[in-house]
Amino acid sequence: MELKLDSPAETKSENPLEFILTIEDLNKAFDGFQVIRDLNFYMDLGELRVIIGPNGAGKSTLLDLITGRTKPDKGTIEFGRGREHDLTKLREYEINRLGVGRKFQTPTVYSGHTVYDNLLLSLQGPRGVFYSLFYKESQEDKDRIHEVLETIRLEDRKYELAGSLSHGQKQWLEIGMLLAQNPKLLLVDEPAAGMTDEETERTGELLLSLEGKHSIVVIEHDMEFVRQIARKVTVLHQGSILREGKVDEVQSDPKVIEVYLGRKHARDAEGEEKPAEETQGIDLTKKEASPTKPA
Amino acid sequence: MNRGRENWQLIGIGIIFLVAVVLVPLLNGLAPEGSFLHISDFQMNTWGKYLAFAILAISLNLLWGYTGLLCLGQCLFFGLGAYAFGMYLMLMIGREGQYSGELPNFMVILGYHELPAHWKPFYSFWFATGAVFWVPGLLAFVFGFFVFRSRIRGVYFSIITQALTYAARLLFNRNEFTFGGTNGFTNYKSILGLPINGPIVEKGLFIGTSIALVLSLLFCWWLVRTKYGKVQRAIRDSENRVLFSGYSTTSYKLFIFVVAAMMAGVAGAFYVPQVGIINPEEVHPYRSLEVVVWVAVGGRGTLWGPVIGAVFVNWLKSWATYQFPEYWLIILGVLFVVTVLFLPGGIISLFPVLKPKVLNLYGWAKARILALRSASAT
Repeated sequence: MELKLDSPAETKSENPLEFILTIEDLNKAFDGFQVIRDLNFYMDLGELRVIIGPNGAGKSTLLDLITGRTKPDKGTIEFGRGREHDLTKLREYEINRLGVGRKFQTPTVYSGHTVYDNLLLSLQGPRGVFYSLFYKESQEDKDRIHEVLETIRLEDRKYELAGSLSHGQKQWLEIGMLLAQNPKLLLVDEPAAGMTDEETERTGELLLSLEGKHSIVVIEHDMEFVRQIARKVTVLHQGSILREGKVDEVQSDPKVIEVYLGRKHARDAEGEEKPAEETQGIDLTKKEASPTKPA
Repeated sequence: MNRGRENWQLIGIGIIFLVAVVLVPLLNGLAPEGSFLHISDFQMNTWGKYLAFAILAISLNLLWGYTGLLCLGQCLFFGLGAYAFGMYLMLMIGREGQYSGELPNFMVILGYHELPAHWKPFYSFWFATGAVFWVPGLLAFVFGFFVFRSRIRGVYFSIITQALTYAARLLFNRNEFTFGGTNGFTNYKSILGLPINGPIVEKGLFIGTSIALVLSLLFCWWLVRTKYGKVQRAIRDSENRVLFSGYSTTSYKLFIFVVAAMMAGVAGAFYVPQVGIINPEEVHPYRSLEVVVWVAVGGRGTLWGPVIGAVFVNWLKSWATYQFPEYWLIILGVLFVVTVLFLPGGIISLFPVLKPKVLNLYGWAKARILALRSASAT
C-alpha cells in the first residue's frame, strides 16, 4: 500500500512555551526497519490526546521513546513548559521523577503486594534507598492513598493482593498508581484492552475526570472508547503522523480509512475492486479494533 | 491476624536466642558428661557450622527470595570473609608452626623471606574483623555496580555471578596469589591469645555465630517491613513497573547485593575457626549451588525458610555422607527436584497445612483424656 503522506497537519499553538511535550524530527529504526519516521508531535498543557493507528504504526515505540526505555536515532523529545528537559538524555526513573507516568499495555502491578501497598510504593516523594529504609507513613500519605482508592473505586479491596484482582481492576489500579505519583504527563497504553463495556465506560469517565489536572496521552484501538474520551485525535501511520484533528473529522478522512481498512480491504478486493472513497464514513470500531484486543 | 504472625516471628527469634546463645553453651559447660542433657563439644561445633550456613542462606534469601536475584556466587563472599579472618588466624600461629618461622608455613615452603605488605595489617584482630565486612562488600559493590547498571538480569545475572566465583576459585588456587594455593589455610593455633580448641573459644565461637544469626534474622525481619523491603519485592515481581515509577532499581539492587555479601562474609568468618580450614574448594561454584538448594528446600522469600533449609540439608548431609557416602549428591539432587516439583514453597509451606492437623490432634487427645477422666470418675 503506497500512500503519499502530507506533512503533518497544523498543531503549533500560539505560544510555544505552553507545550508540555515537544517532539521534533524523531527517528527510530529497529534492525533497519524504520519504526518512527520524521515525527513531529506537540501537546498542550492539560490536554487529553488520543493516538490511534493500525498495528505497527509505532504507537508503543513512541511511548518507549518518551519514557526513555529506548533512545531515538535522531530528533528531540522535550518536556515541560519552555522545553526545560531533554528526555532523550535521561534514564527511565529520571524521566518519571520529572513527572512522566506510564501505564503499560498489559496491566503491570505488583501482584505480591496489597492494593494499598501498590499505591504506597507509587506515591509521590523521594525515591532514594535510605529514604525508603527509614520511611514512616504520614497521615497525609494515607489520605492521598484513600483519595486515589476512591477515584479508582477499589476502596473495599485495599488489603487484598493485587494479583487477585480482575483484569479490569488491575488496569484501574495501574492508573491509580500513576495518579498517586501525581504526574504532569500521563501516558496510557490501551487502558480499555480486555475490559467489559461497562468497565470501558468507567475507564473513560476516569480519564475524562483527570483532563485539565494532568496532560494525558491515550493510545487506543477501540473507536467507541476513543469517541467517548477524545477531544483531539492523532493518527499514526508507519511512524509518522497521518492526520490530526477532531474525532469526526479524522474518522471520515479517506486516507485514514484506507490505512485502517487497508488489509481488510485487500482481502475484500480480491473479487471486486472497491475504491477507498466508497467506504467513507464506515464505522471504524468493527474493523481493526477487534483483532488487536486481547481475548 | 497479621500482627499476631509478626509477634510469633519475634518470639521465634527470641527462642533461637535463648536456646543457641544461652542454653546450648550452658549444657555444654555445666551438664556432666554422660548425662543426657550434656551437649558434647563435637555436637556444639557441628551446630555452630550449621548456624554459620544458616546465615549464609539468609544472605542468599535476601537476594533470591526477596529481590529475585538468583546469585550463584554467594559462596565467593562467604569465602572472602573466611579468607580474611583466616589470614588473622594464620598470623596468630606465629612460631608454633611446623617450620618454626614467623611466616605461615605455605610461605616458608614457597621461599618467602618477608610477609607480603597486604598481609601485615592482619596481625590486628580488629582489622581482620573489619575486612570480613568490607572485602566482600567492596567486591559486591564494584561488581554489582557494573552488572546492575548494564541491566544484566535474570539468568544472565546468575551466569555472570557463577563465572565470577569460578574465576575467583582459579585465582585462589594459584600459589602466587599468596593465599595458600590449593591447600588454603589450616592448622590454626589461637585466637586473641586463647587456644583455638579450648573451651572458652569453642563456646565463644558458638555464641558469636548464634548472635550473628539472631542479628541477621532481626535485620531481615525489619527490612521486609520497611518501604525498602516492599520496593525490593516489587522489583522481584515487576522490575519495569518499579523503574517507571521513578525508582532507580540499580541502587536498590546494589544496596541489597552489598549487604548480602557482607552477611555472607560474616558467616564465612565464623565458619573458618570452627571448621579449622579454608581452601579454594569453598568458593567452587557447586558450593554456591548447594546454598541455592538449602534456600529452595527451606522455602525462599520467608524469614525461617533459609534457616530451616540450611540446617536440615546440612544435617542430612552429615548423616548421608556417613551412611551412604556414594549417594550424597544423588540424594541432594533428588531433594532439589522433589522440592521444585512438589513443594515449591519449601518445607516452611508445610506448616500452615500441618497446623490445623496438629491442633486437631491436640483437640482429639484432650477430648480423649476428658472422656477417660469422666469414665474413671464414675
